[in-house]
Amino acid sequence: MDLTTTYLGMRLPHPLIVGAGPLGDELDRVRVLEDAGASLIVLRSLYEEEITGEQMDAFFNYDSYSESFAEAENFAPEPELALGPDEYLEHLRKIKSAVRIPVMASLNGVTPGGWLSFARLIEQAGADGLELHMFHAASDMATSSADVERHFVEIVSEVKRSVRIPVAVKMAPLFTAFAHFAKQIDAAGADGVVLFTRFSRADIDVNELEVVRSTPLSNSSDLLMRLRGAAAVSGRIKASIAITGGVHTGLDVIKATMAGAHATQMVSALLRNGPNHLRRVRDEIESWMVEHEWTSLSEMRGNMSLGKIADPAAYERANFRMALR
Amino acid sequence: MASKRITVDGNEAAASVAYRASETIAIYPITPSSPMAEVCDEWASRKRPNLWGAIPELAEMQSEAGAAGAVHGALQAGALSTTFTASQGLLLMIPNMYKIAGELTPFVMHVAARTLATHALSIFGDHSDVMACRQTGFALLCSNSVQEAHDMAAVAHAATLETRIPFLHYFDGFRTSHEVAKIEEISDDDLRALISEPLIHAHRARGLTPDRPVLRGTAQNPDVFFQAREAANGFYDACPAVVERTMQAFAARTGRRYGLFEYVGDPAAERVIVLMGSGAETVHETVEYLTARGEKVGVLKVRLYRPFARSAFLAALPKTVRTLAVLDRTKEPGAPGDPLYLDVTTALAEAHADGVSPFAVPPRIIAGRYGLSSKEFTPAMIKAIFDEITQEKPKHHFTVGIVDDVTHTSLPWDPSFRTESADVSASVFYGLGADGTVGANKNSIKIVGQETELAAQGYFVYDSKKSGAITISHLRTSTRPIRSAYLVDRAGFVACHQFEFVDKIDVLECAAPGAAFLLNAPFAADQVWGHLPKELQEQMIERKVRFFAIDAYELAKKAGMGTRINTIMQTCFFAIAGILPRDAAITHIKKAIEKTYGKRGPEVVRRNCEVVDQALAHLHEIPVPAAVSATYRRPPIVSERAPDFVQKVTAVMLAGKGDLLPVSAFPVDGTWPIGTAKWEKRSIALEIPVWDAKICIQCNQCALVCPHAAIRAKVYDESALSGAPETFKWTAYKSQDHKGKQYTIQVAPEDCTGCNLCVNVCPAKDRTNPKHKAIDMHPQPPLRDSERVNYDFFLNLPEVNRTEMTRIDHKSSQFLEPLFEYSGACAGCGETPYLKMLTQLFGDRLLIANATGCSSIYGGNLPTTPYTTNRDGRGPAWSNSLFEDNAEFGFGFRMALDAHVAAARGLMQALAPQIGDGLAAALLDADQANEAGIAAQRDRVVALRRQLAGINTAEARRLETLADYLVKKSVWLVGGDGWAYDIGYGGLDHVLANQRDVNILVMDTEVYSNTGGQQSKATPLGAAAKFAAAGKPIGKKDLGLLANMYGHVYVAKVAFGAKMAQTAQAFLEAESYKGPSLIIAYSHCIAHGYDMANGASQQKLAVESGVWPLYRFDPRRVANGEPPLKLDYGPPKVKVADYLRNESRFRMIERADPARYKAFLKESQAAAERRYSVYEQLAGIKVPIVQPKDEEEPAKPELMET
Repeated sequence: MDLTTTYLGMRLPHPLIVGAGPLGDELDRVRVLEDAGASLIVLRSLYEEEITGEQMDAFFNYDSYSESFAEAENFAPEPELALGPDEYLEHLRKIKSAVRIPVMASLNGVTPGGWLSFARLIEQAGADGLELHMFHAASDMATSSADVERHFVEIVSEVKRSVRIPVAVKMAPLFTAFAHFAKQIDAAGADGVVLFTRFSRADIDVNELEVVRSTPLSNSSDLLMRLRGAAAVSGRIKASIAITGGVHTGLDVIKATMAGAHATQMVSALLRNGPNHLRRVRDEIESWMVEHEWTSLSEMRGNMSLGKIADPAAYERANFRMALR
Repeated sequence: MASKRITVDGNEAAASVAYRASETIAIYPITPSSPMAEVCDEWASRKRPNLWGAIPELAEMQSEAGAAGAVHGALQAGALSTTFTASQGLLLMIPNMYKIAGELTPFVMHVAARTLATHALSIFGDHSDVMACRQTGFALLCSNSVQEAHDMAAVAHAATLETRIPFLHYFDGFRTSHEVAKIEEISDDDLRALISEPLIHAHRARGLTPDRPVLRGTAQNPDVFFQAREAANGFYDACPAVVERTMQAFAARTGRRYGLFEYVGDPAAERVIVLMGSGAETVHETVEYLTARGEKVGVLKVRLYRPFARSAFLAALPKTVRTLAVLDRTKEPGAPGDPLYLDVTTALAEAHADGVSPFAVPPRIIAGRYGLSSKEFTPAMIKAIFDEITQEKPKHHFTVGIVDDVTHTSLPWDPSFRTESADVSASVFYGLGADGTVGANKNSIKIVGQETELAAQGYFVYDSKKSGAITISHLRTSTRPIRSAYLVDRAGFVACHQFEFVDKIDVLECAAPGAAFLLNAPFAADQVWGHLPKELQEQMIERKVRFFAIDAYELAKKAGMGTRINTIMQTCFFAIAGILPRDAAITHIKKAIEKTYGKRGPEVVRRNCEVVDQALAHLHEIPVPAAVSATYRRPPIVSERAPDFVQKVTAVMLAGKGDLLPVSAFPVDGTWPIGTAKWEKRSIALEIPVWDAKICIQCNQCALVCPHAAIRAKVYDESALSGAPETFKWTAYKSQDHKGKQYTIQVAPEDCTGCNLCVNVCPAKDRTNPKHKAIDMHPQPPLRDSERVNYDFFLNLPEVNRTEMTRIDHKSSQFLEPLFEYSGACAGCGETPYLKMLTQLFGDRLLIANATGCSSIYGGNLPTTPYTTNRDGRGPAWSNSLFEDNAEFGFGFRMALDAHVAAARGLMQALAPQIGDGLAAALLDADQANEAGIAAQRDRVVALRRQLAGINTAEARRLETLADYLVKKSVWLVGGDGWAYDIGYGGLDHVLANQRDVNILVMDTEVYSNTGGQQSKATPLGAAAKFAAAGKPIGKKDLGLLANMYGHVYVAKVAFGAKMAQTAQAFLEAESYKGPSLIIAYSHCIAHGYDMANGASQQKLAVESGVWPLYRFDPRRVANGEPPLKLDYGPPKVKVADYLRNESRFRMIERADPARYKAFLKESQAAAERRYSVYEQLAGIKVPIVQPKDEEEPAKPELMET
């Protein structure tokens, strides 16, 4: 049984990788995930905004009180480490040295300078690859979709120019012309696309008149829109494709592969079922393949993509019409 | 090899040597010496080695007495040791100093000499603390400048080993300890060369060890003590020569020469001033100026004051001297003279008697006193002294620097006399603490110091407020050494970093003719002139000032820098002053930014550098018109309605002219009128809260949390609204207890600090637009005038009748008039809401004993103070004794009250027939459990006084003086955790172990807040604090639980941000309990490192995570068969991590050492759960009511009835 795959130019024994999230936070847990057979791990995102925000908060909250009172030059010991990405980078280094599987970092930037400088630091810290976690708050009335796409494409090409490690772009499902955008990202040099970001939910507390945020775990139904996304670009871009969100079972992996995915990221399923779930999913894949006489995943990869199915419309308008019937 | 130049302050200069030359360091924070301890702690935590490659063992103790004990022990055990202190801290070390000296122990302590508290506390500099130690047997070695603080530290550490006499090395607090100057650094090699290794071995060999046991600390009897005491004489006799030799060795290594006494001036001088400390440098400067003009004057600097070397003293003086003026920077009331004068007089008299005097005619000796509490000591004053001693009959025991119009001791001086030469460039900067002006100026000094050959000096003056504090920076640069130990009063460059100062401060007072004036003004360049007051325009024209303006706030705002304008203004300073080429200056400013703010992160550096790059494009030189065009004059400092004392004294101090007030202006004993903060309208909030009556749910939480009593609630009859100003707001009050009344929430626009606490706790949202709450912040300037009128009207509305209050709780307490208002506490302070509530509940019968610390500073630091009176003239009587003794001090209040009550009751009983039995009985049996009862008793006292007026006996007169004590008084012992957990714990514990009716309020900020955030035993596990930079390794002491164990103490732990109702309840219960009560109150603090606007929500998290339990332990419950402990919080429902992550004090550790943080977090989480479990079990314990079986009368608790 051949489950091997090549993702972002990396040869992996199978496509089951640990997606960006809390699973990479603890060194011990990462070791357990490796033992359970994860083929790659993506650490949670480094948020530029969070880092700079924290730096400025420390500056305002401490320095505004310094040198303003005769009895105290300041009110806290001098910090040994500057607030910055060091904490993340140090964690990355530790994980990297503790496991043999490839370790990728994830980055959410704000400013062009931030994207580039943090990407370089991540590379220097030893990451095997970098996921650019790109999203745009669609509430900005002054910015057009074309502006957003242009901005993202520029960042991808600049990051690609400044680092040597493979770069994947994790994107939101909310692009008007998704396939066109994916093509541009591909052209900008991205080594892979990761479909799709799951946003935290914003709910309304009607009593307190507050927005309540939550990030519930995904389930297999979340997979469907990802399948459509992968199917739309599979075979039509050079970049690898990873699916993240809704991969819970062996069958989910089979479906993702058929839609064209080179890798499938799992987070919720592992949080719910523990690291050993990786073994179960792998067993499920193998049993299903034996039962259905598939010998390798590469045989089926993209067989259900838009270009290879008889009725491409089934992914598009038609399914809407049929569903209504 | 040329020595390295460093730009440091006096504290660091001394500490640098002390650290390197010590193996053990025991410390305790006290201003102005704390930075010496802090920098040593920082070096130790960064593993900087001492001279012998080891990292000194460093420990913070519970008090200076503890630090002295620890160094004594370390010395006895053969280690080299040091400590740092000042003022009261030094006094606490005196007992050990006698021991250390008596045992001939090599040791050096470094003292930033500070005023001792007498009629008032003062943090500033004079020699009163050091002079209180001259009898201990320590050698006293004085430094006069930053360089000398470095050099004499080395001499002291070297000489003590050879002499075996311990050294007190001292320099002037603030003037030297906090002056930043360029100095030559002593290398490790030079220090090693000075400090003799064999002598260290000898010291070690004298150490106590069971391998060579000896006994020290015997008790001796009349037969031998005296002789044994005299046995050490030889060491004192030999000491001066050893110090002199050490100075010579030092000079050989460094080229810097010192003597036991140093004379500067005309070799044939006839008039010489003798003194020590920083003032000696100013005299040196003045002497050089005068001798250059032919005057036969000189100065003798006393360096080794003890042991006093008579022969060296005499040898240093020119033989031509006819008059000596001996100046002391201390005061010994009642003595024949101050100490240095007495010593000089004795030395000369004895020399004459012994026939060894070098003078044919003994010089006349005149005593003078100067510079108490850092009072300015200028060349003009020195000139006045030289002039005076030229007189035939000069004033003896004079003072200089003040106007003494009562006992007429003072010398007049001519302020226009100046000695600074043309090669000195002087600059003055007016800024706010929050805008970073001082920090940038320190960097500027360092830039000039490091990048040019110029000598550089920086000195910084702060006002006494913790919010909206004004800072004044005095900078000098010169091609020659700077000896000017006084403020700049003629500046070629003046900068005003805050536009509103132009209406408050005479910013150009010190501007020299032709000076450059840089103003941060929120206007376009062509509009600035038109916004200046007439006085300022006149000065600018008259002095031909070059005027520059920049809208720095606009630039900072655009760059995301908030109100931090310091690097912008610094760039403009360098551009205008031209000390360095512009590009070079900008490069160095950026380097300094990297060094200063790099620790905060690259984004902070980036934004600062960005504004530096943009600054000069926004800087405009504004032509000064030929004529004044101003439309207004500076408004008066205080309202014309202010009382006479405020007009004549307080207003002068507020204007920064307190130096001009004569002695007669002051109370003779430190007694000061209260309620003065209300006259100081600081107007520091950029935004103030605006109330929306329509949405408001009338919960009064905004008023309760306000740290400055700047937002208030009132209920009143509708009739009171007649004449209400046009924009005054009110609405019908909705609750039952004041049915039919009107309700207003009103802000004090000029007293609000804009902290946002009220907005954040406001629970009332506009349903159609939830971001709008019943309290929102709006820009202050457009609201100032109308809200000022509204606030005046509000204050004149009738106060609620306390006796008609059906219940008092957290909500209704806010209708009671606060008698603590507009303090100088930090914006968003977490302590002051408790104090304000205290005054609302009991203010008209309240005595407060306040431990030294933040609360004594914002409570009692002049010029204005926050405790005030109600319309009847009653209010809190407040006093601060010391830091360590506050529990005992307040206990004394209670003893006095108890004595007064007992005496009054006795007299009442004796006089009952004349007073009327009914009235007497009513007074004696009065129930004063509530406001109505107290009001009724006050009425009875009025009736009693009427009766007494008609009784013509001595007893009646005595009872008149005591009658008011028949009305219940409430004694509160107030302070912070540094007092209650550490330095004052012994006393606090003792007071708890008594049964007197005192109430103790501990405002627990979990660090020494006032001195800058040093750890206390209240600091929680894992929090970064000074002296615990890597996170405090052990948990917080459970003071409440310790007090619970007594059983008879009422104990509550409260957090107003978590449960206001419980806070109010605890205060009421504590006060009503007729025994000792202890309330430990969570007080968020700027030292926790987050935006204080979130203080209340952070308190909530502290409680919900189980970090801060809420409970009330009331011994009265035992009698009802109930468990005395009642928990007011539930099992932890929030993770401790959610609480910790919001505060930089914990986050700092997470970043620096994630594994350590994780371990702390795990332990804190477990501790929170454990704590709840333990408290839950304790809350279930019922104390059995067991009657004593003995047939004798059971001992009754002696709870005092009042």
